Amino acid sequence: MKLMPCPLNGLRPVSEFVYWGELRPAPDAATCSDAEWADFVFNRNGAPGVKREWWCHTPSNTWFIAERDTEKDRVLRTWLPGGEP
Amino acid sequence: MSRLPQQPAEWIDRTRLVRFRFEGRDYTGFAGDAVSSALWAAGVRVLGRSFKYHRPRGILSMANHDVNVLLQDGQRLNVRGDVELLRDGMDLTAVNTWGGLQADRVRFLDRLSAFLPVGFYYKAFYSKRWFPTWERMFRAITGLGRLDLSTPHIRTPKRYDFCDVAVIGAGPSGLSAALAASAAGARVVLVDENAQAGGSGLYQLGGDAGQRDATRAFLDQVAADPNIRLYTGTLAAAWYADQWIPLIDGKRMTKLRAGATVMASGAFEQPAVFRNNDLPGVMLGSAMQRLIHRYAVQPARRAVVLAANDDAYRVALDLLDAGVQVMAVVDLREPLSAGPLVEAVRSRGVECLAGSGIYEAHADSAGTLAAVTVCRVRDGTADSSTARRIDCDGVAMSTGWAPAANLLYQAGTKMRFDERLQQFVPDALPEGVFACGRVNGLFGFDAKLRDGERAGAAAAAHVLGTAPRSVEVQTETSRPTHPWPVVAHPSAKNFVDFDEDLQVKDFENAVQEGYDNIELLKRFTTVGMGPSQGKHSNMTALRLLARLTGKSPQQVGTTTARPFFHPVPMSHLGGRGFHPQRRSPLHGRHAALGAVFMPAGAWERPEYYAVPGKSRIECIHDEVRRVRTKVAMIDVGTLGKIEIRGPQAADFLNRVYTARIDLLKVGGTRYGITCDDSGVLTDEGVIARLSEEVYYFTTTTSGAANVYRELSRLNAEWRLQCGIVNLTGAYASVNLAGPDCRKVLGPLCDIDLSAESFPYLAVRVGHVAGIPARMMRVGFVGEWGYEIHVPAEYGPTLWDALMQAGAPYGIGPFGVEAQRLLRLEKGHLIVSQDTDGLTHPFEVGMDWAVKLDKPFFVGQRSLKILKQMPLKRKLAGFKMPAGYSGQVPQECHLVIVNGEIAGRITSIYWSPNLGHHIGLAFLPPDMTTPGTVFQVRVTDGSMVNAEVCETPFFDPEDLRQKEPS
Repeated sequence: MKLMPCPLNGLRPVSEFVYWGELRPAPDAATCSDAEWADFVFNRNGAPGVKREWWCHTPSNTWFIAERDTEKDRVLRTWLPGGEP
Repeated sequence: MSRLPQQPAEWIDRTRLVRFRFEGRDYTGFAGDAVSSALWAAGVRVLGRSFKYHRPRGILSMANHDVNVLLQDGQRLNVRGDVELLRDGMDLTAVNTWGGLQADRVRFLDRLSAFLPVGFYYKAFYSKRWFPTWERMFRAITGLGRLDLSTPHIRTPKRYDFCDVAVIGAGPSGLSAALAASAAGARVVLVDENAQAGGSGLYQLGGDAGQRDATRAFLDQVAADPNIRLYTGTLAAAWYADQWIPLIDGKRMTKLRAGATVMASGAFEQPAVFRNNDLPGVMLGSAMQRLIHRYAVQPARRAVVLAANDDAYRVALDLLDAGVQVMAVVDLREPLSAGPLVEAVRSRGVECLAGSGIYEAHADSAGTLAAVTVCRVRDGTADSSTARRIDCDGVAMSTGWAPAANLLYQAGTKMRFDERLQQFVPDALPEGVFACGRVNGLFGFDAKLRDGERAGAAAAAHVLGTAPRSVEVQTETSRPTHPWPVVAHPSAKNFVDFDEDLQVKDFENAVQEGYDNIELLKRFTTVGMGPSQGKHSNMTALRLLARLTGKSPQQVGTTTARPFFHPVPMSHLGGRGFHPQRRSPLHGRHAALGAVFMPAGAWERPEYYAVPGKSRIECIHDEVRRVRTKVAMIDVGTLGKIEIRGPQAADFLNRVYTARIDLLKVGGTRYGITCDDSGVLTDEGVIARLSEEVYYFTTTTSGAANVYRELSRLNAEWRLQCGIVNLTGAYASVNLAGPDCRKVLGPLCDIDLSAESFPYLAVRVGHVAGIPARMMRVGFVGEWGYEIHVPAEYGPTLWDALMQAGAPYGIGPFGVEAQRLLRLEKGHLIVSQDTDGLTHPFEVGMDWAVKLDKPFFVGQRSLKILKQMPLKRKLAGFKMPAGYSGQVPQECHLVIVNGEIAGRITSIYWSPNLGHHIGLAFLPPDMTTPGTVFQVRVTDGSMVNAEVCETPFFDPEDLRQKEPS
């Protein structure tokens, strides 16, 4: 089982975590076209590479950002929102 | 009897005699014997039958790869005779026979082999017409062992373990690695699947007692080292991400988390391929050495050694020491370099033939080895003019090795085919994974020790973050593996895979038919798919394919080595299910009242309260009637209950809910819905504003955990000035509803319950029965009612107080089913029952709850788009005629228009208050006008008519929320 470093609780088994999705900036809802908005809502980038994702350590309800290389299956670093190192 | 005098490192305890039965006959062995070694010592040669042709088979490896000696031990199936420890009173039978091992009635299949070509199953099952015939026949013949359905369900607890360095394999290199890692300061777990540690250091001797003494000295050091835990009889079954290794012993699985892994797993000796290479008596050279040194069993009286490396001569020397007459060493190599080992063998009068191989083996009348024909062999082709018959009852095959690299592959190691070694060796190891010894391509005893020292030190340094000690290891100079230990024969029966009885010609035919890729070849021939998973066949198959397609082994590549390394009992894998189950603080009260519980999310909720002598539906209707005519109470403590405080609490909720939460006045509540980014309805609840900066709100029972988690995430993303607290478990709550509810509640509470002071949809904070309470006037079930929330520990006290105060008015509890019926009468939907993963608010008539003119809320942009688009479906109320007696539609039955699916029923109940069925259904928008009749297809396929009608079905003017005038 993989280990995930929680910024608050340290290395924990990945079964204690949930994955939410990639950290993606939403387009400006006031100015974007319907097509741009639909692209944001429905399309995800599945190509492997270095990604920033939302993860939650569920026992402590800690949300954080994980930078993960999905090609090499490695967690590069994690941090609390607003506290990017 | 062929038991040898005491061997220095033998595993058997000669003072303890063990009695057992095999195939109905009595035998004896010693404690520490494997089943196969005891039988071999007793002169038994046929130990099992092969899978496909039912050929007699004996010992092959004595190393957990003898898959033709699978035994039934009472309720235990497919026990491997070569490693199973002998126990007193065992009653063993060979699997895969009809009528016993000797008289196996399907042994005629061997003569039908011409009609059972490669890919036979695929070809047989191709025809639909013959499929049932073949299936009946195969099911009758195939299958290993007899399952006893009365076998008890054994629960094996899992154990967890941790270490810095896990060393897999306790042979010379593993022992050396463990000691080096420990010396560097690491906590070490050393694992070996054998009953005793030491590995090849104690049996591959070639008469070298010094190697044995050195290995024993290492074992003593390991035993004395407090930093090393040695687990024998324990299989490292797999390698999973981040050094997660399941260890399997006789009793349980231990999940080991290591900081680094050293693979010292050694190599599998590989059989040579010649006609009848499967006769009992033909075995691997290392198997003979195991028999001699571990079990003190003489493997044969007269043996021929088929050689292609130095190890073969060590086998010959060990055989000579064990009193075996070595008839000849037949060496595939030419010229034969006159090294010290060859000289040692020659000097003892053994004939060593260079450039020669075994053309075929001959059986006696019992089907066991009687002689071999030896020829000059050049590149796999025998020169029959040089044929010579040698009588023997044993052949030792020592022609090459394949690395036990299964776990290295699982760890993602890139392997390289070393042409000189004729072996795949690690090329690029993953971080934290190390390899040493034969799996790393080093075969000499001293080289293995040095390599282990290097790997152990490096692994410790990796974990401890120190600089590794540099240890120099010389490269391997011998050639332990022959590139082509295969001798062609026109009559075949030269087996490559003993699990599946695959012969050389099967591979030639498969490639001929186009299966010329290793993965395709594996699936078509089934090579490596038997119980041994190709440990003694994959390498030969790979060489055959390389030669047939003109590629190098590197180009052909290997198949995937999946977990587990050996078969593992299901009882070790199955565990207890740990499912969190939540119980309301009122659970005991419900149980005492006869509640029948149903799962709701993680909760157990009362479905209804059973009354003796009444049916389920009668009980539910009684509960409904009590709510409508008197007063009743339901436990709603399972709803999610969340509090949010702070200067920006209103902003936060305004961004989450579709309604204007900021406009909600202190002391008021509002029904609210939430959506996701795509505008899909995700949850609903009641939001109460307790003060300017404090809101208290409920979520659905099943959505509670997810809503709280998602709100926490949004708060982490937006970082507004507010905090969120999950009070779901901290509060108990009941909904007290019915025309008489104020008569019950009034005397108990310090809040004015008049409609003017505490109007519909208001929230008040006060006391009920002296308990601090938050009260909300709600109307979910369509009656005057209050949701009363109190600290969880006061829940039972509140319940008792209300039940007592309500007794004169006929109070009683009601369950989830009654509540569902009551809310349906009011036309209220339930998110996730009347909605699905695509439902947006406009489809369910919630336009009024969506304020698109707000600055922002989650889902707003998508809902703006959806608002402009025509609806595809709409939730509408419907009814069945009063007195309808036909088949009643059920939830999820489909609405059919012109033969096409046009919608579905989401809720349906018979309403005791209205006297007919009512329900909600998704319908095409143009069919939602009241009075429209639509058709529903019910379970038996027939069509039933239903009629659209207005909702609410009951009390449409909400008169029951108003003071009677």
